[in-house]
Amino acid sequence: MLAWTIYLSFAGALIEAVLPKGKAGLARWFALTIAVLGLLHAVGGYVQGFGQGRVTIIDAQWVPAMGIHYLLAADGISRVLVLLTGLAAVAGILFSWNVEHRTNEFFAFYLALIGGVYGVFLSYDLFLLFVFYEIAIVPKYFLIAIWGSTRREYGAMKLALYSFVGSAMVLIGLLAAYTASGSHSTSLVALAHAGLPVSFQMWCFPLVFTGFAILAGMWPFHTWAPTGHVAAPTAASMLLAGVVMKLGAYGCLRVGIGLFPHGLDPWGVSYLGIGSWRDVFALLAVIGIVYGALVALAQTDFKFVIGYSSVSHMGFVLLGLMTLNQIGVTGAVMQMFSHGIIAGLLFAIVGRVVYDRTHTRQFAELETMHLARRLPFAAWAFVIAGTASMGLPGFSGFVAELQILIGAWMARPWWTVAAGVGIVIGVAYTWRALQKAFFSDAVPTAHELEAEHGHKFAAITWPEITGVTLLAGTSLLVGLYPRLLLDQIEPAVKALLAGGVQ
Amino acid sequence: MNNFPILTSLTLLPLVGAAIAIFAGKHARAVALLTAIAGLAGALLVWTHLPADGSLGMVERAAWAPSLGIEYHLGVDGLGALMLVLSAIVTLMSIDAAHRVHHSPGLFFGLVLLLEAGLFGSFTALNFFHWFLFWELSLIPAFFLIKLWGGPKRGPAATQFFVYTMAGSVALLLSFLAVFVSTGTMDLSELAQLASTGALEQMVTAHLGPVTLWLAIGVLAGFSVKVPMMPFHTWLPAAYAEAPSPVTMLLTGAMSKMGVYGLLRIALPLFGHQIAQIRTPLLVLAVLTVVMGAWAAAAQKDLKRVFAYSSVNHLGYCLVAIFALAVPAADQAAHASQAAALNGVILQMFNHGLTAAALFWFVSMIQFRTGGLRGIDDFGGLRKPAPVLAGLMGIALFSSLGLPGLNGFVGEFLIFRGVFPLAWVAATVSVLGLLVTAAVILTVIQKVFAGPVPEQWAQFPDLHHGERLAMAPVIGLMLLIGILPQLIVDSVNPTVINLLAHWRF
Repeated sequence: MLAWTIYLSFAGALIEAVLPKGKAGLARWFALTIAVLGLLHAVGGYVQGFGQGRVTIIDAQWVPAMGIHYLLAADGISRVLVLLTGLAAVAGILFSWNVEHRTNEFFAFYLALIGGVYGVFLSYDLFLLFVFYEIAIVPKYFLIAIWGSTRREYGAMKLALYSFVGSAMVLIGLLAAYTASGSHSTSLVALAHAGLPVSFQMWCFPLVFTGFAILAGMWPFHTWAPTGHVAAPTAASMLLAGVVMKLGAYGCLRVGIGLFPHGLDPWGVSYLGIGSWRDVFALLAVIGIVYGALVALAQTDFKFVIGYSSVSHMGFVLLGLMTLNQIGVTGAVMQMFSHGIIAGLLFAIVGRVVYDRTHTRQFAELETMHLARRLPFAAWAFVIAGTASMGLPGFSGFVAELQILIGAWMARPWWTVAAGVGIVIGVAYTWRALQKAFFSDAVPTAHELEAEHGHKFAAITWPEITGVTLLAGTSLLVGLYPRLLLDQIEPAVKALLAGGVQ
Repeated sequence: MNNFPILTSLTLLPLVGAAIAIFAGKHARAVALLTAIAGLAGALLVWTHLPADGSLGMVERAAWAPSLGIEYHLGVDGLGALMLVLSAIVTLMSIDAAHRVHHSPGLFFGLVLLLEAGLFGSFTALNFFHWFLFWELSLIPAFFLIKLWGGPKRGPAATQFFVYTMAGSVALLLSFLAVFVSTGTMDLSELAQLASTGALEQMVTAHLGPVTLWLAIGVLAGFSVKVPMMPFHTWLPAAYAEAPSPVTMLLTGAMSKMGVYGLLRIALPLFGHQIAQIRTPLLVLAVLTVVMGAWAAAAQKDLKRVFAYSSVNHLGYCLVAIFALAVPAADQAAHASQAAALNGVILQMFNHGLTAAALFWFVSMIQFRTGGLRGIDDFGGLRKPAPVLAGLMGIALFSSLGLPGLNGFVGEFLIFRGVFPLAWVAATVSVLGLLVTAAVILTVIQKVFAGPVPEQWAQFPDLHHGERLAMAPVIGLMLLIGILPQLIVDSVNPTVINLLAHWRF
């Protein structure tokens, strides 16, 4: 059932590409149909997966000489992320309803990107995983370069270059692992059981982990993220922050930690409390959390605030992974889902609901527009999204951060304290943005009131309401009943950690 | 009513009311009034059905997220039930006072009811996660009530309020997660049980090293911001002054009690021993809160700021008593003192909530009549044109001053009765606070109600019948509790005995 998410998306992309030009409505409805079908398959696979461990979906020979298989499988982690992709895909199309320029091509690239993402989350063969990973890079470049805004060529190129550098590092590591294992199979399971020598893992782990972490927005390799997010059209920023960054984090977990668990062992020497790659990456994660939050606090452009907040929130994912304990890693996967939903919602509100009406993202200009009065839907949707984003209980982000912090307490208490500082700054930047953009205290001048009368904003459309409801409702549902996700993630994380990490 | 989930229903009631009120347009106030009355009825029902032995009653438990120690666990004892009643009364008073909300009344009353749900939820929760959910939930409506309907400097005031409280909450959260890491449970009753045998500290030390004292400080920080305690009080005067008066009633009458309640329900049961270790510096801060609060009130010119600082002063007595009683009881007399102090704290919470809410209600009435004026020097001789207003507000003011025969006296008397044997220096210095408060209150009475009537206020309209009717039960309650404090003490005392028996200092 889950495999159909991939096929549907790629087939949909092909058909979109040959649809008659100029029929935007047809292209939209077709894309939405495909995405909803994908989501239904994702949900179906998710529901079937309760109580099951890893399920192999298909295992076929591909390049027998090299032991490459077309191997799709899913455990709880994969199923959660596939579900996230399905939700983000549907929401992204709803918030792209007003794309008029080369609509069918837009959705062709969009669905191709989605298909690649589904593929990565379901691949259990390293080679196959890498193929899907690369497939996902190309459409996002075009989405930004053709339909983007602020400095789109620059943002698109930077994103593509960072992605390729990361991929190259991953590729070197994977080829080395394949050679070193001598197992003539690229299956993740086979490689994990190959017993790679510890000294090999010691240098291969940081290489592969960093390669993937670049896409997850790890400090100091995060700079592609804010510029890319800002340049991208709304749906693409939603996907970039919502699922593409998760590809990186997923790679870190599945490939980095899964294949090279001994790369995290202590070096035997310790300097300033740094005694292993684990400490190094945890430190980078914590810096990312605090730095991303501080930079977000200083932005004058609404979308940049959200862009940097993604860096901060992805820092939590990486920190959760580095706790290497059941609860922390579970929290990291939970945070991937939660951030995917919430960041998608934030970008949708900023990019579609607000920007497409105000045509500015500068706080200085938004402050004079009194949006709480003129766009109450946008204001209150942002209140909900912002509340969820700062990790208030009742929303998915709280449960995720709670688990990561608990895991960090168990691993290294000072990480927790530093991350706590990040949360406080997170409250500050979210609330600052909220007030500046929507609830400004400035009293409207007579001139402004007149201008308001002359220029009414376009009414809120049904796709926007549906999209906001879908994403906010998901975050709330998971926040109030976290077992919906926990029951899938926990056994999978347990199996993964038992696979080698002590 | 044995199996009926009354506490859950009580928390859901204002949520449902809020959802209706938001879309009720100009009928929002009526919806809110009905909801608040039903809420009060429910709270009184809980209050009258408490278990006689002071233990937790009406318990509801259900699995939620077991791997995280999260459970749906509700229950109330005398302390919780009294706070429910107080929240319900204050909410009702606040909605009554807010009869001139011109812009977006639906949203205003929706947010007020949401805040009430947050209060109800946090006063009944027995699992940390569950409690924290409502503790944080109540912040959002409070923020927007200040931000959207407040005075000229509402923006910074609302932000300061929000960010300060959130910073305290994060400290609280981190400490609590450390406790969870060490013990594997977030259930407040189970943790209190562990702490009462000293096992909690051993477990924390075994898992994380000797950090229990720091965890205690983190938890205290969270509550100190909310109460507030010096030096974490700086958000308060701006927030109380800028918030519209009905909202200030909620902030001071009910929300500040969440902090004191947290100290009693969470900090003392879990970290009693650590609080006893740092008792002296904490007492110094608490006494400073009492004295400086009163002095600051004396320096204010704005009625709302006067009452804001006097709230700091009044809750300071609660803090003094809470920290004073955190000492191992050597003999029976010390036990009796602890019990007196704790009874005093709980009474003071209720009485301050009632009195402070009433005072801000009167400020709100005065503002309606003067188009927003509330400076202490703006008035004079109001008792001539408005004798009923002056008389009723006078009673509330004297209750705030702590006049015997009124509700304010009983709590403060019990606090001093308990604190004096346990920490006589703190008690003695705190008396200064009583004196200054008395001077402040008398000054207000003199400047506003006595003296010659300025010409512009010669026709100052008195309270009309509806307003008198609304305030009469509150004033009646002040008198009733002043004369018959056992109405509350009889139900609270078993809880006090029960709590003290489980605390380890």
